[in-house]
Amino acid sequence: MMRNIRWLIAALAAFALVAAACGSDDAETASAGGDADCETVDEVTLQLQWVAQSQFAGYYAAVDEGFYEGFCLDVEIIEGGVDIVPQQQLGSGAVDYAIAWVPKALVSREEGIDIVNVAQVFQRSGTLQVSFADAGITGPADLAGKKVGSWGFGNEFELLAGSRTSGVEPGDDYEIVQQNFDMLALINGEIDAAQAMIYNEYAQVLETENEETGELYQPEDLNIIDWNDVGTAMLQDAIWADSPRLADDEAYQDQTTRFVAASLQGWAWCRDNAQGCVDVVLNNGTTLGSSHQAWQLNEVNGLIWPSPGGAGVMDTDLWDQTVEVATSEEVLSAAPDDGSFTTEYAEAAIELLAERDVDVNGESWERVEVELLPGGE
Amino acid sequence: MRRALSVLGGIGTLIVLWEGYKAVGGLTGDQWPATPWGLPVPTDDLTMPHVIDIMRTLGRPVQRGRDEILAVFLFKAALSTFWKAALGFALGTVIGWSLAVLMLRSRLVERGLLPWINISQTVPLIALAPIVVTWGRTTFLSDSLSVALIATYLTFFPVAVNALRGLQSPRPADLELLRSYAATEREILMKLRLPASRPYLFPALKLAATLSVVGAIVGEISAGVRGGLGRAILEFASRYSTAPARLYAGVVGAALLGLAVFGLVSLVERSAGRGAGRSLAGEGT
Repeated sequence: MMRNIRWLIAALAAFALVAAACGSDDAETASAGGDADCETVDEVTLQLQWVAQSQFAGYYAAVDEGFYEGFCLDVEIIEGGVDIVPQQQLGSGAVDYAIAWVPKALVSREEGIDIVNVAQVFQRSGTLQVSFADAGITGPADLAGKKVGSWGFGNEFELLAGSRTSGVEPGDDYEIVQQNFDMLALINGEIDAAQAMIYNEYAQVLETENEETGELYQPEDLNIIDWNDVGTAMLQDAIWADSPRLADDEAYQDQTTRFVAASLQGWAWCRDNAQGCVDVVLNNGTTLGSSHQAWQLNEVNGLIWPSPGGAGVMDTDLWDQTVEVATSEEVLSAAPDDGSFTTEYAEAAIELLAERDVDVNGESWERVEVELLPGGE
Repeated sequence: MRRALSVLGGIGTLIVLWEGYKAVGGLTGDQWPATPWGLPVPTDDLTMPHVIDIMRTLGRPVQRGRDEILAVFLFKAALSTFWKAALGFALGTVIGWSLAVLMLRSRLVERGLLPWINISQTVPLIALAPIVVTWGRTTFLSDSLSVALIATYLTFFPVAVNALRGLQSPRPADLELLRSYAATEREILMKLRLPASRPYLFPALKLAATLSVVGAIVGEISAGVRGGLGRAILEFASRYSTAPARLYAGVVGAALLGLAVFGLVSLVERSAGRGAGRSLAGEGT
């Protein structure tokens, strides 16, 4: 017995050692290579909202194509999970920067998490309300009398405010139904209109076989309400930084400018090298469907480009609109203070990129045709 | 041999039940035969893909244009999860067992500690997981270690509770006999209590082993940690509506991993069992 217990303990200890060794991989791979002469390389962590996908392509491209390295940064991208709230990770000091939607970050800010928007990467909202063409829902007024799906949890405000602009009162004039993060309820006919991101769930419908025709659903089969057109769109993916650190840490200030610059360079690269960029994403998320990710990148590019005021620079009209919707829908109790965003770092980053001949406006960018395959494969 | 056959038989029965239920639902339009009552789970291919489709998915590339098939991918993911679970299991066993010995030494400690051990398991894992991961990131822990800690949290409980019962299980007469020989508490622990706790300890270890897999997978899903089964399941779940068989394949992978760790502990139990008689007969002193 004794011998066996000893053996058991030894085996467990061996397990523990091996597991610990597996846990602490990521050896130091920082190198001051690339086109930069770096005296020091700063280690930086970036928290995403979700796992690797084209929504975050620019950051992955900046790692894999060496843009961060070119700005003397060694960036580790930390993916999101079900329970990870990026702005809280940032506020707790677990990461250096976080990607978050503006209204959600502002709510956290109101709750006392002191963060600041340093680059508004997505200049448009990607949220749609999607319905089948035969339901005839082409604008918010048509929602009256319908069953309308929404994800809730702070994703419903563009819809609520948008329908009110047409005098259609949520709850009274149409029914809001809690919707899962997929399009099943729409396809099964349980709801008339479903919430969808143009770069994700909308494509999922187009990757599904229409049982009547035996072909995939086509864009002609669907109607969309785009909240950018209605005027209740809220700003989404932005880079957030830690306010107190930014206020008095010069190294962090300098690092932030370089981080924003390299990130925007990554996005510019993904604009000009769509296929290469999709490959970068696929290499970082090995179970993702490649046609779906190609679609996603194309649409995400459409949310960023063109950026007339320069990529990452806040469009103050859209900021005001976001705040207006958020306060009128009582998401925020008051408009946020001036410290909630700054264009200083994005503007400095654009200057750095101009030295490197990076086009930060993308005026000539055009959407390409992406063929979706069944299941997004 | 007979064991292997019975396992195969069990799997076969499950497949027959699954496909049979599906076939009945397909014939009756998702209703109990000859009744107006609906079946609890709809039987369409989206909710319940055919077993053959799940198998086919396992044999197909994990991503278009890639050589690796899903089965291989899941095996690697299971291995990654296994190490996190194993570390959690090891830590949980050590902690649980230490707590049991501590509680054995003093009734006061037992009365003070046991309620807290019970309360600890009422904290939902999904609340705990992000706390552990965030805390880990602000200190020195890698995400994998944080996930192992989450697994530890689930595993120490059955070990502590059952080990305590097992260590307390010797009859008073046996204890008194050893004490009359002037045996120290340590000797009593090693020679009497420990062997006596075996029937209590191993069921707890088997439970802890499967729980450690659950803990590791939940931790991975919660924090989005790369590489393991949890992450695979998370990704497949978000694509469920267009590829349901893949999620089922991931779930099958998790079930097989659970079975494997259960089997490992059973093996250890059997080898420990073989030595037990001998050691009681005269090893030691």
